[in-house]
Amino acid sequence: MVDVAERLEELWAEKPGLADFIGTVDHKRIGKRYLYTAIFFFVVGGLEASLIRLQLSHANLHFLNPELYDQIFTMHALTMIFLFVIPALSGFGNFVVPLQVGARDMAFPRLNAFGYWIFLMAGIFMSSAFIVGRAPDAGWFSYVPLSNAHFTPGVNTDFYTLGVIFISISSTAGAINFIVTIAKMRAPGMSINRIPLFCWGELAMAISSVFAFPALTLAALMLELERRLGFHFFDIGKGGDPILWQHLFWIFGHPVVYIIILPALGITASVIPTFARRAMIGYAWVVLGEMAVALLGFGVWVHHMFSVGLPAISLSMISITSFVITIPSGIVVLAWIATIFSGRIIRKTPMLFILGFILIFVIGGLSGVMFAAIPFDQATTDSYFVVAHFHYVMAGGAMFPIFAGIYYWGPKMTGRVLNEFWGKVSFWIMFVGFNVGFFPMHITGLMGEPRRVYTYQPGLGWDVWNMIETIGVFIFSVGALITLINWWWSAKHGELAGNDPFGGETLEWGTTSPPPHYNFEHIPTIRSRHPVWDQPELRGGDQPIEAGGRALDDAHVTLSTSLLDARPQALIHMPHESGYPFALSMSLLVFFFGLLSGFLVVVGVGGLFAAASVVGWLWPRGQTQET
Amino acid sequence: MTIGTLDTGVPGESLPDFATGSRSFSWWGMVLLICTEATLFGLLIASYFYLRFRGGVVWPPDGIAKPTLSTVSVMTPILLLSSVPVHLGEHAVRKGHMIRARFAFLLGWLMGATFLLIQLVKEYPDTLKLFTPRTDVYGSLFFSLTGLHGLHVFVGLLMSLWIQVRLWKGAFTPERHVSVQNFTLYWHFVDVVWIFVFGTIYLSPHF
Repeated sequence: MVDVAERLEELWAEKPGLADFIGTVDHKRIGKRYLYTAIFFFVVGGLEASLIRLQLSHANLHFLNPELYDQIFTMHALTMIFLFVIPALSGFGNFVVPLQVGARDMAFPRLNAFGYWIFLMAGIFMSSAFIVGRAPDAGWFSYVPLSNAHFTPGVNTDFYTLGVIFISISSTAGAINFIVTIAKMRAPGMSINRIPLFCWGELAMAISSVFAFPALTLAALMLELERRLGFHFFDIGKGGDPILWQHLFWIFGHPVVYIIILPALGITASVIPTFARRAMIGYAWVVLGEMAVALLGFGVWVHHMFSVGLPAISLSMISITSFVITIPSGIVVLAWIATIFSGRIIRKTPMLFILGFILIFVIGGLSGVMFAAIPFDQATTDSYFVVAHFHYVMAGGAMFPIFAGIYYWGPKMTGRVLNEFWGKVSFWIMFVGFNVGFFPMHITGLMGEPRRVYTYQPGLGWDVWNMIETIGVFIFSVGALITLINWWWSAKHGELAGNDPFGGETLEWGTTSPPPHYNFEHIPTIRSRHPVWDQPELRGGDQPIEAGGRALDDAHVTLSTSLLDARPQALIHMPHESGYPFALSMSLLVFFFGLLSGFLVVVGVGGLFAAASVVGWLWPRGQTQET
Repeated sequence: MTIGTLDTGVPGESLPDFATGSRSFSWWGMVLLICTEATLFGLLIASYFYLRFRGGVVWPPDGIAKPTLSTVSVMTPILLLSSVPVHLGEHAVRKGHMIRARFAFLLGWLMGATFLLIQLVKEYPDTLKLFTPRTDVYGSLFFSLTGLHGLHVFVGLLMSLWIQVRLWKGAFTPERHVSVQNFTLYWHFVDVVWIFVFGTIYLSPHF
């Protein structure tokens, strides 16, 4: 069967060189780029966090002045949410989803490349704010009237509004790509009740994104129109209402918490069965729980606004949904715990990170459900208790699964296993550092320490706790750094991984590490929810994979299968490498810098190049016939 | 192996190497794009009513007259009826009547362009004499909602041009025409959204 592999290689390989470096559409390359770029921004966001913690380590410090402090805590949030966590989880999704469903690529490979380039350009756009010394400084939720042109006259907030509109393009494009890939590209036989749990997590995230990001885009667009062109959406003197901003922002802002956490739950549900050596208990419950969380996530936004002074009826209704959402989340957590208890645990690094994650996520969930109680929320709002809570669910809740993912899928990406000893060391340092750093914030929060204030008076009983928090965050950073070094070192010198270093159940373990350009020599036919465990041919057994597999080696095509039961329906011609996604994203970067600077010529040039890139992208080459 | 199909490697199995409707990826992509765009319009319309009812009793505020319907009652039927030739055009492509399809899409394009033209040369200048986006929240909402819709019509016109050029070049057959379907879907969406924009901007202030 060598000739099948050779023909596929000829069809799918990308040539080395600059053209294909820029023009690549391979989901594996793009996925890794997402991950590496996100890790870079993780380091940036981490440095910002360190500066914040240094400033707060003692009372009355003037290490940072208030203006700089505002810029740094705002950029810390924007960097960590939009440039680290969301793209890192997209990176795993990009790399893993097509492998897990047995496809040759994502549904829209050029759109996928475009999504990555836009993410990179938006990252450059937002970070460049530091170069001109005018980074966003009104907080990541940039409430009006503070963020309007009167109270924040510089370009600081324009970096924010234009930056989030820019990055929304990337997230929406990525989400649509994930949905179509999981809905239409599953290997024959992978009916809806056999979709891997990681894909369910990505799917729930993507569906949420499609409906949540428009709210952010709209809010930011309105704010920018108000700041630059004198519109009056939020201006109370002209009939507007600043509370509208809060509604629109949190209609995006709460679902985004689930956009972050759902893929993390997906990683968890992938890692647990592998290291508990048994199938996930309550597969259907886990899937329904994740979907219910994604849906209910749209009905809880007002709990960020309990202290605004809204009518009691709105508060009560949102309070109820905020309590209800803990039920599906609880079901998912209980399914993990039941699986772990009834399995035979192998304590390898990915599993350690997941066990640590479960503990942190449950602590964050418990402080989260407290906010559903209106009086408690009103008492603790804008205090460090809130900071503690969202770092447990969003920072710990996303970061520990991301690190589990690095140890779990890293070998699939690089072909080499990460060092186990240093992995465990890294985990324990991170776990201890995280709790030392963030748990005391609950205490100082209850003692009344407000968030977003650059310093505090001595003698309030906060000094010791703040020092401990700072030490904890630095311990945590050391642990994270060990993993990054371990990853870099192991990619060159680690043990060879083979196809399946951990004995996983899902399809990505049925191909080589790293996988070939075409992912699978034969698209396998799936007969089980745990294909690699139950189908010996996928582990290189006696029966060859081509029995019942489809080689598709006549053309550059992939399978389209039916939505529910994954019957083969058609072969779809896939696009080749293209430089236009890069050209379009570069043009948009120029366009956005034009809007920022107010030079209409730059806007025009960016717009023209963007239009030309779209024409080039869509221009029919070779065959003019529709496929 | 028959024309238009490829062997999959399973003995005796060959599948079409094209897809339309829910079998194709791009159709799903368009449906999801419409979902996210519809959310954008839905939120903006919700913001309109939120701001109206949070504000004073009088709407429009600041002594602005209620919107007149004379121009828009010409524009609206032109845009809504443009869905008919576009629908017939898609139908013609499916039946293989490519000449008929060319005329249908051209007619649809002209109707859409007429709508946009009337908006830009008559409706907007007339309105700007009364108020601007900077006047107050009513002006901001009027121009942002109708402007956002106009932008979508403009994008639809560009998509239509792309479809028409490819139609002239013979890119479509009764089997292979998913781009035509996707464009048709988008155009109907833009028309349906106008019903809501029209109802919000032009009708609701009268009640």
